Formats: sequence, C-alpha cells, structure tokens
Amino acid sequence: MPDLPKKKVGLIACSGEELPEGTVTRRAVRKVLETLRPDDTVTLCLPLFLAGGEGERAFARHYPTIAVDGCDKRCAARATEKYSAKPVASIVVTDVAKECGCAAIGTVRRLNAEGLRLADEVAGKIVEETDRLLKRKAKGRVPGSAGGER
Amino acid sequence: MTGPRRKIPVAACSGIGKSLGAAAREAGCILTEDLRPERTKLVALSLLVMGDDDARGEVAGREAVAIDGCKLECAAKGLASAGATNVHKIAVFDVIRRHRGLKPEGVCDLNEDGLKLARAAAEEAAGIVDDIDKEADHA
Repeated sequence: MPDLPKKKVGLIACSGEELPEGTVTRRAVRKVLETLRPDDTVTLCLPLFLAGGEGERAFARHYPTIAVDGCDKRCAARATEKYSAKPVASIVVTDVAKECGCAAIGTVRRLNAEGLRLADEVAGKIVEETDRLLKRKAKGRVPGSAGGER
Repeated sequence: MTGPRRKIPVAACSGIGKSLGAAAREAGCILTEDLRPERTKLVALSLLVMGDDDARGEVAGREAVAIDGCKLECAAKGLASAGATNVHKIAVFDVIRRHRGLKPEGVCDLNEDGLKLARAAAEEAAGIVDDIDKEADHA
C-alpha cells in the first residue's frame, strides 16, 4: 500500500454476494469514498485480509476503520478484528433498514429504488462516524444523519 | 442410489476497488443466475474469509470455480482455504486481453464495456462448469 496521509478512515464493506444487503454495503461505501468524504476515507478489501494483503492489515492496525456489514454475521467487522484490529465503528445494513423502514430492496445484482435509498441512509451513517472519528463538523445534511448542519 | 448433482460452488472477487473486480463479481452473478443457474451456486467470499461453517460445507471436498479481478486471486485463495479439491480459475485481467478494445469503468455501476467483459468472463466460466460435468459423467 502506498504512503497514506494521516487522518484517513478505512472503510470495509462485506460485499456479501448472497444478499442484496451486501450490495448495499458496496454502494454506500463507494458513495462515501467517491462523493461524500473522498479526502477522508479509503476502502479496504475484505478478502485481502485472508489473501495476505499486508497493506490492508497494517492500515487497519494503525488507522481507524469502519466495518459495514450486510447482515448480523458481521463478517467485515469480525475479519478486521481477527486479522488487524477491532473496527472503531460497526454498521449493519439490516439494522439500518429496520430504523428507516425499508422493505424489499431488490436483488444482489440490481437494487431497486428502496435499495438505493437504503444505501444512501447507510452512507449517511458512515459519514457521521467518519466525522466523529476525525472530530470534524459535518459538511452538510446527508441521508441517515440525524442532526444536519452542526 | 444417485440423487441430483450438487451445485458447483462459485466465488467471485468482492471487487470494491477496481472495475475488473466489479466485473468479476458481475460475472459470478451472470454465471449463477443466467447461464448455469441449475449447476452453480455463488458463495459469499466474505463468509469463506471468516470460515463460516455453511459456506465451507458448500466448498469443502468439491471442485469449485473462482472468478478473480486481479492477480492477488482472493476468490481462488478463499476457495482453497475452505477445502476445495480443485479450484478452476477465471482471471478477468486475462479475459480482457482476449477482448481488446473493452474499457470497463465504474464499480457499483459498470459501464457497457464492463458488463460485456463480465459476460465474457461468465461464458468462459460456464465452459469450465460444462467440462467439470462432462468429467463427472465419464467418471
């Protein structure tokens, strides 16, 4: 892994291929990385923990991480803790879905409108945690954040 | 007595960082949902990483198909660590060499070339599935 600037938060999505909630984790993490907090976040590849990705393991040992899991098996959180260090925050999509009343969210390959809304909500949760970890004021209201401009 | 054949486990790269990984994941879906739904089953790589008993049960002692996006071959390693007897590998970074001109972009939303690449990889994987079945027929 290349030298990384300080004050980055690592995001680890489970990506679970068996459930549409796994697809939600991917979309939410990518949205934060590409759009909402591109300067503050990096993504870590979960399977690389197993495949011997020393860069991923080292990053997660020394930088704060947020695990984003599709279900309560919490593979991303458990893998991060097993191979590196306990994530500072853990978000589970099925919990967020209950909170925001999301119903059927589509398929693994194609999320429907409800699934896209859920991904936005999860992205909002990730942003909240990122800002909290970096002790930064929120840059604006994002879906899933309770307080808006702080 | 013989029963229905068990489905062949397939694992694909989780591909959250690169378009080729995303194409690998899409290829896994195309293979298991469109091309060979009756013969294959997609296994979540994250479950294999964590040694989930059910996921390992799908893989251990079986021939399996890995579809990887990069040379680190996480899917192949995940299947091997779960006890697959023979891991047949599809490398999307090799597939794209056979389909010059494709320029895959995007991760969550692959562009048209990315989807074409995914289908090409899935079709190669379907050929492997057919070969596994033929060998089983002759055994």
